[in-house]
Amino acid sequence: MSNATQSIEAGGFAANAGWSGQLWLPGLIAAASWAATAVVTVALPDVVPWGSAGLFAILTGAGAAALVVLALAVPRLGAAGRTIVHYGPWFIAVGVWFFLWELTTAKFGWLPKPFFSPPHGLLAVYVAEWERLLICIGYSLRLWGLGFFSGIAVGFVVGVALGWSKGFSYWGMPILKLIGPVPATAWIPVTFYFFPTTFHASIFIVALSAGIPVAILTASGVAAVNRSYYDVARTLGADSRFLVLKVAVPASLPHVFVGLFMGLYYSFAVLVVAEMLGAKYGLGWYIQFQTAYSGYANVYATLIIMALICAGLVKLLFVGRDRLLAWQKGIL
Amino acid sequence: MSALAKTTPPAAIELKAEAVSHAYEIDGRTLEVLQGIDLTVAPGEFVALLGPSGCGKSTLLRLAAGLESPRTGRVTENGTPIGKPDPSRILVFQDPTLFPWRTVWKNVATGLEARGLLPREKHRVDQALALVKLEKFANAYPHQLSGGMAQRVAIARALVNDPALLLLDEPFGKLDSLTRLTMQNELLALWKRAGFTALLVTHDVEEALLLADRVIVLSDRPARIVAEITVDKPHPRRRDDADLVRLRQDVLAQLGIHGDV
Ligand SMILES: Nc1ncnc2c1ncn2[C@@H]1O[C@H](COP(=O)(O)OP(=O)(O)O)[C@@H](O)[C@H]1O
Ligand SMILES: [Mg+2]
Repeated sequence: MSNATQSIEAGGFAANAGWSGQLWLPGLIAAASWAATAVVTVALPDVVPWGSAGLFAILTGAGAAALVVLALAVPRLGAAGRTIVHYGPWFIAVGVWFFLWELTTAKFGWLPKPFFSPPHGLLAVYVAEWERLLICIGYSLRLWGLGFFSGIAVGFVVGVALGWSKGFSYWGMPILKLIGPVPATAWIPVTFYFFPTTFHASIFIVALSAGIPVAILTASGVAAVNRSYYDVARTLGADSRFLVLKVAVPASLPHVFVGLFMGLYYSFAVLVVAEMLGAKYGLGWYIQFQTAYSGYANVYATLIIMALICAGLVKLLFVGRDRLLAWQKGIL
Repeated sequence: MSALAKTTPPAAIELKAEAVSHAYEIDGRTLEVLQGIDLTVAPGEFVALLGPSGCGKSTLLRLAAGLESPRTGRVTENGTPIGKPDPSRILVFQDPTLFPWRTVWKNVATGLEARGLLPREKHRVDQALALVKLEKFANAYPHQLSGGMAQRVAIARALVNDPALLLLDEPFGKLDSLTRLTMQNELLALWKRAGFTALLVTHDVEEALLLADRVIVLSDRPARIVAEITVDKPHPRRRDDADLVRLRQDVLAQLGIHGDV
C-alpha cells in the first residue's frame, strides 16, 4: 500500500514516512493552552490564597507534555488516534477554559472568593477532603441504589399491570396521573409518619421519583402494543402468561427505557433533598453542610462529582439499552 | 378433485361454516360483515376465497381461527364448534407480523415455546426454516429481512406447528411478482407434502385458480357466497391453460368485471 492511500485511509493524517509535517496540529495548540494555564498558575500570585496551585500547575503541565507527545504520535496510533483527533477541539477548549478560569478568579479576583473558585481551589478541596468525599459517595450511592432499583422494580410491575389489565387501569391510571406530577419531595411529611427511620423515608422518596416515570411509561408502552401481536401469539397457542411476559413486555421495552432515563435523572435530582432528612453522610448532605458555611468551592467540587456519577450511570443505561434493544436498530 | 385423489392425513380438519353471520359495532352503528355463509372445506382440501376488498374475507378467517365467535351460526372443526384459538388451526396474517424483538429462529419457535414443546423439538424449528430456505437467516432480526423473506418466516412460524388447518390471508399480496410465483409453488409443494386443509384468501383470480381445488367468490359487504367454482385440473397448472383462462373469465364476471381483462 502506498503512503498516499494510507494517508487517505487515516482520515487526513500525514503518512508515517518521516517526521517533517507529521504533526497533529490541534494537539500542539491544546498543549500550548494547557502549558499557558500551568505557567499562569505558578507565575502569578493568588489574590487570596487557595492552596494546591503547585499541584494544579504540575497536572496541567503534565497534560501539556502528554499532548505534545500525542501530537507527534497520533498519526501512527490508528483507531485510537482517530478518537483522540476527534476530541482535539475539546482539548483546546478545556485548556483555554482553564486559562481564563484561573485568570478571572484566583489571579485577577474579578470573580471573587467565596462565590467563585479557581480550578486549583476545587483541586484543593479534593486533596483536603478526599476521604470524607469518598465516604459521602458511598453513602449516596447506597441510598440512590436502594431507592432507584426498588423504585423501578415496583414501577415496572405496576406499569405492566396498568397497561395490561382493564380493571387495574380503571382505578390505577387516574391515581397515577394525579400523583405523577407531584414532586416526590412533597411526600416528605407523610413518609416521616409511615417509615421507621429517616433512612427508609429517604429511600422511599428516591424510589418514588424513579418509579413513577417508569410506571407511566411502561403502562403506556404495554397499552400501545399492536393488537395483532397478541392475535398471532394466541393462534400459536400462547396463554396469558406468555402474552404478558413474551409479547407485552418486550414490545413495550423501548417505552420502559424512556421511563428509566427519566427516573434516573429525577432520582438524582431528589437525592440531595432526600439526604436532608437527617442523613449523616452523603453528597447531598455534604453540599448542604458546606453551603451553610459558605464553602462554595466544596459545593462546586461535589457537584462535579455528582455530575460525573450521573453521566456514568446514564452511559451504563445506554449500554444496557443498546444490548436489550439491538432488535430495534434500523427501526430507529 | 386433486385433493381427494391423494390420501388424506388423519390430522387434517374438516372446516364448516353453517349459516354464519357476523357484524361489528362502529360508533354505535352495526356494520354487517358476513351474511349467511355456508361453506364446507373437506379435510386436506385447498379452497381459495375471492372477493372485493373490505367484504369480510379476513373476518371469516378470524372466525375460523377462533379469534372471534360469529354473531349467529356456527363455525366447526370436524363437527365441534370453534371457540378459541388453537395451534392446530394457524392463521398467517396479511402482514407478516413478525415479533421484531425476536430473531427469525425465535419467531419460528414461538408456537412450540408457547406450548412448552421447544426443549424437545428444537429440530422442528430448523426444519421449518429449511423448508422456506431461510436457514442462513436464523439469527437475523425481522428488520433485516426483505418483505418476501419476512412473509416466508411467517409461513414457517405457522408450519412448524404442523397445523391441520392453515388459514392464509393474502399472504403474497405485498410481494413482487417473481417472489410471489416462487412462494406460490412452495406453498403448493408444502400443502401436497403435509396434507393440511388450506383456506387461502386472495384478491388475485389467477392465484386462486392456480392453487385451489375450489374457488369461492364472495359478494360486496356484507359478504355472501355468490359463486363456487371447482378447478378440476392437476398440478402443476399453466396460467395460459385454455380451461383456466375460461374459468378466469367466469370468475371475473362473477366479481362484476366483464370483457377481455
Ligand atoms: N375489529 C373490527 N371492528 C370494526 N370493524 C371491523 C373490524 N374488523 C373489520 N372490520 C370491518 O369489517 C369489514 C370487513 O373487513 P375484512 O374482513 O378485513 O375485509 P377483507 O375482505 O378486506 O379482508 C371492513 O369494512 C372493516 O372495516
Ligand atoms: Mg383482509
